[in-house]
Amino acid sequence: MRDVAIVAFAQSPHRRRTDELSEVDLLMPVLHQVLETTGLKANEIGFTCSGSADYLAGRAFSFTMALDGVGAHPPISESHVEMDGAWALYEAWVKIMTGEADTALVYAYGKSSPGQVRDVLTRQLDPYYLAPLWPDSLALAALQAQALLDAGHADRAALTAIATRSRTDAAANPYAQLTGDVPAGGLLVHPLRTGDCPPIGDGAAAVILAAGDTARALCARPAWIRGIDHRIEAHALGVRDLTDSPSTRLAARHAGAFERPVDTAELHAPFTSQEVILRTALDLGDDVRVNPSGGALAANPIMAAGLIRLGEAAARIHRGASVRALAHATSGPCLQQNLVAVLEGESAHG
Amino acid sequence: MTEILSAPLVVEFPFTRSLGPVQSAFLTGLRERTVLGVRTDDGRVLVPPVEYDPVTANELRSLLRVAPTGTVTTWAWNPAPRRDQPLGTPFAWVLVRLDGADTALLHALDAPGPDAVHTGMRVRIRWAATRTGAITDIACFEPYDGEPGTTEPVPHGGEFTDSVTGITVPARLDYVHTPGRAQSAYLKALEDHRTVGERCPACRKVYVPPRGACPTCGIATAEQVEVGPRGTVTTFCIVNIKAKNLDIDVPYVYAHIALDGADLALHGRIAGIPYDQVRMGLRVEPVWAEGARHPDHYRPTGEPDAGYDTYKELV
Ligand SMILES: [Zn+2]
Repeated sequence: MRDVAIVAFAQSPHRRRTDELSEVDLLMPVLHQVLETTGLKANEIGFTCSGSADYLAGRAFSFTMALDGVGAHPPISESHVEMDGAWALYEAWVKIMTGEADTALVYAYGKSSPGQVRDVLTRQLDPYYLAPLWPDSLALAALQAQALLDAGHADRAALTAIATRSRTDAAANPYAQLTGDVPAGGLLVHPLRTGDCPPIGDGAAAVILAAGDTARALCARPAWIRGIDHRIEAHALGVRDLTDSPSTRLAARHAGAFERPVDTAELHAPFTSQEVILRTALDLGDDVRVNPSGGALAANPIMAAGLIRLGEAAARIHRGASVRALAHATSGPCLQQNLVAVLEGESAHG
Repeated sequence: MTEILSAPLVVEFPFTRSLGPVQSAFLTGLRERTVLGVRTDDGRVLVPPVEYDPVTANELRSLLRVAPTGTVTTWAWNPAPRRDQPLGTPFAWVLVRLDGADTALLHALDAPGPDAVHTGMRVRIRWAATRTGAITDIACFEPYDGEPGTTEPVPHGGEFTDSVTGITVPARLDYVHTPGRAQSAYLKALEDHRTVGERCPACRKVYVPPRGACPTCGIATAEQVEVGPRGTVTTFCIVNIKAKNLDIDVPYVYAHIALDGADLALHGRIAGIPYDQVRMGLRVEPVWAEGARHPDHYRPTGEPDAGYDTYKELV
């Protein structure tokens, strides 16, 4: 088995709208930053993989436009997932593990501002029984939140505390979209209030992965991926126990998350109620620093927010603030699909 | 600073799906006011039914009829209904476990306000007046105080006369598209019948239409360069199939055209010359229709053909 690490991470400022920027305009500064951090040239990257969604842009094959930003001519080895960039990172990790590449550039971006994201996300639902009813993303999250409250796993005060902690932590994150006090906020879809829900915004992120000594040469303290796995639950919401996330727990077990405690967890929980579910599924104690970046409640660029969790966790290892960190990404309604990675600094390994 | 253009962009299509035997029976059943579930390998009854067991992945075909009454397992109050949602007035989203089923169905509940909704409340189906074999044949749920329906599901063959075998679901999403700086400048120039590209600061290539980045260097292009209006046909094809909604007689010629000064060919239609006389190297110029945002087509300039070496890099 090869050792693979995240050696660089960059993200854009996340903003409510970026009308003046095309997708490639949004992405390029982030790509340039990770390349500069490592000193790699675009043509030295072994594999490139991206995550984005045509439905956000409202245009077919929209990701091909963004490809201009990576210097795709002469031809490069490239792939794309119509999903959060965390899954693009998984594909890149596999590419490196199989020896097909030594380095990989992974990027993700999403501009939610052109459309109505609540409506757009209905198009990922089952087309027979769900999509014709247009249940929007807040409605589905609210059903999950109510189930959690009914089960007694959380109360209103606990949800508000999560929102407050996220916004407070986001004040130290120059890229965050929302910081400071949580507005009392009206009910958007009961029981979710404004503060329980993620902002809608535009943003991009990129990481560079490298294997073994290449990683050590590119980064003083690489964030080694000790394990990574992703699992999915039944598509039908009525079949699932919405108060639990067995797919997260299973992915975490396969990623080795329970072998030793982690000190940091970057959880992709766009809704306060989802953080409660993930903490339980991952068996995180109160001593674990959860979402020091502010998490998805402070910035939730769709298709990039999961990759940012991996990047933020890695960045904490890069700067010595974490020894062993867990990163989680989700996709689909009500935590349908979940990816978990365990990252470690060199000292923890040795 | 270029003015940033924006325009409405509507993505609209009829989403046409064929149904397998289980989904066909379920949706046809709704048309006939009959709710069917399917029994799994471990004996549970799934409503709505699926064709493969979510636990074992085995094929499921054992259909059962369940009651039109049920219990709310979770809910969410929707104070501001959105377009195409089941009810136009504020309503609750609910997951309902129908009597006889072990899993829950998502739909809307018509209730006067959030205080009238709680988990565990009893509800029943309100059927749509016109039913076609779709999930929307259930208009919504409504509160129900009557006797519980039979909780024992009844085996059902899933056979109906005139079964629904497919559904067509309209989908519409509305966007406001902003093309960004480079394409905004390009579109603005076209208003004056000018074509502008952008030059890469590193490799000096001029891209048209400009997309804001050089795909070779992976860096932003910025320097605006006017190109054309004349250009050279670098390659072409003859179209013999008439496209729907396109008022152009076939055969016609569709070509790649390298405008003078550009390092990338764009595409356009060639007219004003018999289709079988179009050739690589042909020199052409744009013809603008009144009020159009793009050249209608390109026609021969009458100049001698360009030599192959002058455009071979652009083919
Ligand atoms: Zn260039």
